[in-house]
Amino acid sequence: MSSVRARIAPYLLSFPGWFWLGLFFLLPIITVLSVALQTGNPDTGYTFTWHWSEFSTVLSNYNGELVRSFIYGGISTLAAFVIAYPMAYWIAFHGGLHKSTYLFIILLPFFVSFVIRTLAWQFLLSDNGIVLGSLKSIGLLPQSTHVLSTPFAVIAGLTYNALPYMVLPLYVAIEKIDRRVVRAAGDLYASGVQAFFRVILPLSSAGIFAGFLLVFVTNVGDYVNASILGGPGTTMIGNVIQNSYLENLDYPTASALSSILMVLLLFVIWLYARVFGTEAVEEAVA
Amino acid sequence: MSTVELPTATVPREPKQGRGPLRLGRFVLPVYTWLVILYTVIPIVLMIVYSFNQAPSGRMTFQWLGFTTQWYQHVFQIPDLTNALVNSLIVAGSSSLISAIIGTPLAIALARYRYLGRNVTEGVIFTNIAAPSVVVGASLLSLFITLNLNRGLVTIIIAHVSFCIAFVAIVVRARIVGLDRSIEKAAYDLGATPWVAFQKVLLPLIMPGIIAGMLLAFAMSIDDFIITSFVAGQTLTFPLWVYGAVKVGIPPQVFVMGTLIFLIGVVLALVNVFMQRRRA
Repeated sequence: MSSVRARIAPYLLSFPGWFWLGLFFLLPIITVLSVALQTGNPDTGYTFTWHWSEFSTVLSNYNGELVRSFIYGGISTLAAFVIAYPMAYWIAFHGGLHKSTYLFIILLPFFVSFVIRTLAWQFLLSDNGIVLGSLKSIGLLPQSTHVLSTPFAVIAGLTYNALPYMVLPLYVAIEKIDRRVVRAAGDLYASGVQAFFRVILPLSSAGIFAGFLLVFVTNVGDYVNASILGGPGTTMIGNVIQNSYLENLDYPTASALSSILMVLLLFVIWLYARVFGTEAVEEAVA
Repeated sequence: MSTVELPTATVPREPKQGRGPLRLGRFVLPVYTWLVILYTVIPIVLMIVYSFNQAPSGRMTFQWLGFTTQWYQHVFQIPDLTNALVNSLIVAGSSSLISAIIGTPLAIALARYRYLGRNVTEGVIFTNIAAPSVVVGASLLSLFITLNLNRGLVTIIIAHVSFCIAFVAIVVRARIVGLDRSIEKAAYDLGATPWVAFQKVLLPLIMPGIIAGMLLAFAMSIDDFIITSFVAGQTLTFPLWVYGAVKVGIPPQVFVMGTLIFLIGVVLALVNVFMQRRRA
């Protein structure tokens, strides 16, 4: 290979990818910011007016939804972590020959459409459905109990859908821990619990943060769980953005909202990449 | 995330006789793990079981009205739904193919070369994977509106390719990084041109990675709801149709199609894992 060729090769190879991602990923994000700064309505068209006030207007109109999204996102991420970690630990350390089988079962939800999964939970949680109906008929729950339309239902749905995304990076990180280090802790008279909290947990932190990032970002922006499992009191920012884009055709509001969400979440993503690097997330993917 | 590659991706290291330090590992944790697995599969079981439920009104009910296979015989009875499924298959097929064609060279560049702009490329790929769907969908819609582009199958495919490239690139790169470079060097020593070396040596070696990446892209595309909902216009894909039907009631065919997609996905993933094992 000539040296000139070797020097331009990576650029030729990555050109199609750059072209596509530049045009259909980076440029749109810039477009959103610019649309948010325009004024007008669907009939007369839009003009660019550096309309910063749109941001403060939507912030004051929708700060409830924005805050709620971050709260729901935070709680469901934490819940998914608490549910997933013991399982990832057990599979990595005690799964033996069946590790792959366990992982495969945990990934099964990926083969069922996201909307159908959420719909199944609507079925399960409905007032006279399989769970509540039977609990009510044997008298364990009062007749008036309902779960759908409550924040609990939405957060439970978010948690369920996030579980595989949380288990994968955790498992990859725990599986990578050198067993000799764990044995060394035991040789140095660490109790099981000490070895876990002072060796295993810190050594798996890359996976923990990767899982938190993936799940938190996905859940804060989600609107499917809120709209299928939630009610009027559980509207999230994703619902507002989707509504103003597709129902009300109010593009400046929608763009301002998605810009705000984007800036907040891109900041989280950037901070993560700065501090932890990108390997843990990419390993979980591959 | 990868549904197919992960189990084989773990590098064999020193024997893993070292079990965890926690005593809970013997009894509590296995029971716990199985409970979580149960929780994981409940909605799937529900979907499969209820695809055999009778529904006189043509809408799903949570009451069990008796076993029937009639919905399997009449899967394609609802033309709009069938059409939506066909759209989903077209979109998933073309976007996984296009993203493999674009993502593979990108993976080779990232795995084999150090060049100016490599870190930026890594950063863009990472941001693309971590970016929230609402933002990606909403910003693509803004672009399409600004460009006055009619929304439909083409815009859906464009959107899907733009979230699949990064996944294909990462999966393929993982495969390339694990390869022995001396095989390629041998090809050059034997006088192969770069193109011949690529076509006869590198490509066959990374093919399993490309296939795994395409399967992942296909699965993500056929399941995507949020991004698609922004860029679809009047065109409906399978998840969009189902979502639209939630308010009026779900016809049993939805669960039948869901079950069939599930079974095909599981079989393909198992075949892929099996093939990778045999090659390895």
